[in-house]
Amino acid sequence: MAAISIRNVDVVFGENIEQSLALLDQGSSRQEIIETTGDVVGVANASIEVQEGEICVLMGLSGSGKSSLLRAVNGLNAVSRGELLVQDGDQMVDIATCDASTLLHMRTSKISMVFQKFALMPWMSVVDNVAFGLDMKGMSKQKRRAKAMEKLEMVGLSEWKDKFPHELSGGMQQRVGLARAFAMDSDILLMDEPFSALDPLIRSQLQDELIELQQRLNKTILFVSHDLDEALKIGTHIAIMESAKIIQHGKPEDIVLNPKTPYVADFVAHTNPLNVLCGRSLMTLVSDLPIVNGECVLNPHDNTVVNVNAEGVITTASRQGEALPLHHWSEGEDIERMAEGLLVIASPDVPMRSAIEIRYKTGLPLLLEEDGRLVGILSDKDFYHALLGKHFTLDAA
Amino acid sequence: MNWITENKIPLGSWMEAFVDWLTFNAAGFFDAISISLEWMIISMVDIFQWFPPFVPMAMTAAIAWWLHRSIPLVIFVVTALLLILNLGYWQEMLETFVLVIAATTLSVAMGIPIGILAAHKPWVYTILRPILDLMQTIPTFVYLIPTLVLFGLGVVPGLISTIIFAVAAPIRLTYLGISRVPEDLIEAGRAFGATPFKLLYKVELPAAMPNIMAGVTQCIMLSLSMVVIAALVGADGLGKPVIRALNTVNISQGFEAGLAIVLVAIILDRICKAPGAKEEG
Repeated sequence: MAAISIRNVDVVFGENIEQSLALLDQGSSRQEIIETTGDVVGVANASIEVQEGEICVLMGLSGSGKSSLLRAVNGLNAVSRGELLVQDGDQMVDIATCDASTLLHMRTSKISMVFQKFALMPWMSVVDNVAFGLDMKGMSKQKRRAKAMEKLEMVGLSEWKDKFPHELSGGMQQRVGLARAFAMDSDILLMDEPFSALDPLIRSQLQDELIELQQRLNKTILFVSHDLDEALKIGTHIAIMESAKIIQHGKPEDIVLNPKTPYVADFVAHTNPLNVLCGRSLMTLVSDLPIVNGECVLNPHDNTVVNVNAEGVITTASRQGEALPLHHWSEGEDIERMAEGLLVIASPDVPMRSAIEIRYKTGLPLLLEEDGRLVGILSDKDFYHALLGKHFTLDAA
Repeated sequence: MNWITENKIPLGSWMEAFVDWLTFNAAGFFDAISISLEWMIISMVDIFQWFPPFVPMAMTAAIAWWLHRSIPLVIFVVTALLLILNLGYWQEMLETFVLVIAATTLSVAMGIPIGILAAHKPWVYTILRPILDLMQTIPTFVYLIPTLVLFGLGVVPGLISTIIFAVAAPIRLTYLGISRVPEDLIEAGRAFGATPFKLLYKVELPAAMPNIMAGVTQCIMLSLSMVVIAALVGADGLGKPVIRALNTVNISQGFEAGLAIVLVAIILDRICKAPGAKEEG
């Protein structure tokens, strides 16, 4: 079941919402609507499903409407039209139409939020900040302190409990923000560019911590970011927004490999594919390899060849007539100690980063094998292709 | 041009008619206010006077120590109070102190809710702003006359005039504080499920507290600056000897009473100033 189901949602800010929606339906642009009605269109006709346990990243430049959409999910922004369903036990609550007390219930027990600029209360100690939401819930002081301490421990800040936010570094403050959100024990977490205000090293550290925490807690996370590398690193799904619309939604690799519009392609061209792509999307297919004397040629210059039998199974390999040792590599195995001249056979799901490392150590292309059959190879040309951002095909309409 | 001077608009008469109408129709209402406020102030002065002077002195010193942990301040407070006692203005000092505290309490009690309302409803502030400007710029003597007519001679018209003059400070600073609460704190409050009431007293008021306290301090100082004027309509306190000295051209009395007022002002200012806000002067 989808944890969040956004269906044809429009978010319009201003006084003449009816009129603006009508203009939107006629296909007017954001700029035209501002000029006629003075209203700002935050989100136009967005539809997206976020499954339980997913990290869905809303991506886009500033002003693309990603934060507006995020804030609609917990009702900070009113939905002008459409349905915004959020899971509450066995039923789905429509945030767009529910009454104030239901919204309050959703905010105190189902959806919590982490802010870009931390938004900690400067007059409260760290532990009281973490307990803030529990106080809103009406929990007694003793209970909420105990729970806040537990969450502070989780983010490694228990010794800082009596300090005030301004005494903490940015990274620590955002950990407090995370602990405050986790303290609510809600299933859904909204994160509005939580790491953008931090310096790069701390940012990457907190991203790792979030991924690690997520493996334990399995929340449904809606994450806003303007950084595609961040999105690719932590997202299980990515939705790309441009001028109030969602223009592409899919798995990270889909986005990198098949950007739908030049805007997405532009984003992708500036990202690092090492963390996203895997062997399958880069490889040269076995059918495209030249065959000389019944042997597949991996490298014609030093005559590296591989023998494959009629069933497609790899039998032997050689370089300049000298037999090469074969090695089956699986995820997690140490690459550091591989010897030069070892021909590695891996699954097509091998991450690009590992594949390049193997190539670096062995000096030889990789053979990709699936269900016992050779399906393709990864050679230098495939790697350069990917690093230069030429791996995707733009199938814009 | 003669036509303009010959046909004077009777603004003054209209105001007078309005005050007359109030005196005639709402006399009971104003009397009730007058009697209860007077009773309140006189009993407070009586309570303070019942103690030997050393008790209020020790209390003030203790408060100064508790708030600021500063030995020089405590020494100053005690010395200043001893000097006032020595000069013979102890009772007047108590009367002034009670007047200031009463005016401040009432001003703050009215000012903070009005300030909150103004911050939440922009149209309230649009209406309020010219009224506040008027209350602070109109010469005090002008509204001293109608308050005198409505409330009779004594401490109450002094108190009311003081409130009219001082209430603008807590209103303005509460408004300022609440409307300057960072948007992300409000959002955080709402996102974690604060009701409008909880948002007010768990987020907005604490966030605006430095400003509100500055408003209270300012209100105290403004009230104190009204002491001499309040004495003109018969309010007891340190203003009275100043007025008497003025009428009799008594330099020594004027100086001593004036010094006592300054000492009270410095004591109140130093004690009320927020410990963290020293650098703001």
